[in-house]
Amino acid sequence: MDAIVADNISKVFRLNEDPSQSIKERIVRMGRSRYRDFVALEPLDLTIAQGSTMGILGHNGSGKSTLLKCLSGILKPTTGTIQLRGRLASLLELGAGFHPELTGRENVYINAAFLGINRREIDRIFDDIVAFADLAQFIDEPVKHYSSGMYVRLGFAVAVNVDPDILLVDEVLAVGDEVFQRRCLDRIRHFQQEGRTIVVVTHAADLVRQVCDRAIVLHHGKLVADARPGEAIHVFREHLQGTMVEGGAAAPPPSGALRIVGATITHAHEAERRYIEPGEALEVRVMYESDIDVDSPTLEIVVHSADGQSVFAVDLDLAAHGLPPLGRSGCITVPFTSVPLLDGTFTVDFGLTDRRDPQHTAQRQGRDEFDVLNPTDGRGVAAVTVGRLQHRAG
Amino acid sequence: MSATVGNTGELRVIAARRSNTQQLREIWQYRELLLGLIRKELKVRYKNSVLGFFWSMAQPVFLLCIYSLVFSILDAGFDDFPIWILCGLVVWTLVSTTLSTSVQAITTNQHLVSKVAFPRAVMPLATLGSALVHFVLQSIALAVVLVIVRHPVDWEYVWLLPIAVAVLTLFLSSLALLLSTINVYARDTQHLLDLALVAMFWANPIVYAYQLSSDWFVDHGWPAWTPLLNPFTSVIIVFQRAIYGSAFVGDRQLLPDQGPLWYLGNLGILFLVAVVCCIVGLRMFDKAEGNFAEIL
Repeated sequence: MDAIVADNISKVFRLNEDPSQSIKERIVRMGRSRYRDFVALEPLDLTIAQGSTMGILGHNGSGKSTLLKCLSGILKPTTGTIQLRGRLASLLELGAGFHPELTGRENVYINAAFLGINRREIDRIFDDIVAFADLAQFIDEPVKHYSSGMYVRLGFAVAVNVDPDILLVDEVLAVGDEVFQRRCLDRIRHFQQEGRTIVVVTHAADLVRQVCDRAIVLHHGKLVADARPGEAIHVFREHLQGTMVEGGAAAPPPSGALRIVGATITHAHEAERRYIEPGEALEVRVMYESDIDVDSPTLEIVVHSADGQSVFAVDLDLAAHGLPPLGRSGCITVPFTSVPLLDGTFTVDFGLTDRRDPQHTAQRQGRDEFDVLNPTDGRGVAAVTVGRLQHRAG
Repeated sequence: MSATVGNTGELRVIAARRSNTQQLREIWQYRELLLGLIRKELKVRYKNSVLGFFWSMAQPVFLLCIYSLVFSILDAGFDDFPIWILCGLVVWTLVSTTLSTSVQAITTNQHLVSKVAFPRAVMPLATLGSALVHFVLQSIALAVVLVIVRHPVDWEYVWLLPIAVAVLTLFLSSLALLLSTINVYARDTQHLLDLALVAMFWANPIVYAYQLSSDWFVDHGWPAWTPLLNPFTSVIIVFQRAIYGSAFVGDRQLLPDQGPLWYLGNLGILFLVAVVCCIVGLRMFDKAEGNFAEIL
């Protein structure tokens, strides 16, 4: 059975070219308004099976929030229909319906009423909500005295305790502290086990891989993929790259006696490919210029993940690798035969130093990146290959 | 929390357009929210005020005193003039508070409209609801006054009062839907409405007798029922006929010398108008509702 069936839905926003909102203007123009139509969502069909967890991936402005708002009923689609089976709760804006002057208790009732739930049912689950939010002492305080964490906790507690059949999750997991995020994830897992339908909207590919069993990718309002998470993330990354601007213009030109003037990171065999898959080979080239003789050059390569963690670092003693001393200019090629990383965009920093005379040093930081796209379902940070399984009875 | 999810969940359809019955059904489903919002509005309005609900009486009482004073100085009143004013004033207060609060019902709740999904019609209706609560309280106060001053009501007409209130409520709900929608697109509406309300006050026979304006129209070659084109007048004169209790004071005529059925007929016409307005209001609201979140 399908929990959500969206049939040919689209959303067109009317942008007023001349945003004067007065009656006089309207009368003067006699209704001939100058409008520009902006297609936020091109017609698409979407079916989400009951009990499944669907990810919606897309960069900012891709239409993913519009789609979610249509699914939740905040916006109505311009064309098409959406059929929803069962109660829908959304974790879009936790505590959005709260009124600061009212107490936590009163707000719980109103918030649940926004979800279409009657008083008797709220009476029944009220204690669960308060216990889950861990706010028993403060429940009769006006929520304007709550901290933002308490606010979100109460909103979350209402949303997950109203027994929804369909749960919509926006970037909400990105807010709140780590404990709260873990709790959200736990709750999502719990919901999955109970056979509820979950729709997660995010641009965090890892989250999709962690929790979803299917994902769609939106790009400029178009549905460009509807597949298993691995494949969808693959498509998502490729589209994301298409929109990326070539950066690095802001960096000052290298100066000093020894300079790194350029670097490239490519797939070892297909130079035009902009990403590698886990475990594939990567080729790094570093172009340098030098006004001095560098007899004992050391090339330092540090790879960072998107959150700034150093994933690996090597100091290559070029002489020990059999390279001649550096000339006035040249290019050093470093092949990495296997890069066992999973998903992500990784930043590479370079350093070139004369070991004999460390004051001669050149840096190039944060300007070069490479992507790893993981088409499989593996999760985590490292790509570990599994050999042949064996089983011996007894 | 139950461990299983039934397959029998109710089916909900979101589409660009819905029928009026679907809209009404949805509003009915969200009746708890409607009540909750009314409660919220009342609570928030009188929070931190010592006199609380008594403030809802303050405005009509104050107006009553001023008009009674002014008209007695001008010698333009008649016997039991404060009672007469009070009849019109409770109705008018309901009308003016409903209209002036409902016009902003959606624009002042942007944070809800853009972030929470629920039938938006609930918001203007909730403003009507809270105005009705005040109306009931004021009516009780009016009844107490009548008992204290031993003013006789005309029981032959009193049964019309609940019907009048019901028809007025229906009419006001359609206006609340229309005004709140229009104001989203043109914020001038709320300012225009303020002016319109002042004019409407004087266009209704609240501080003067219905017969006065009716006669004036007849003198100028208009039909006697011209004042009834003002939809609120039909309701106000029912209140006056029943509560003030007489169509005459001395030999001066205040109201049409007609039986209850004539008054009921006026309400019937207003009912038809209200139904048409409701259909138009719901249609328009439905068309606009899906875009509120983006316009605000």
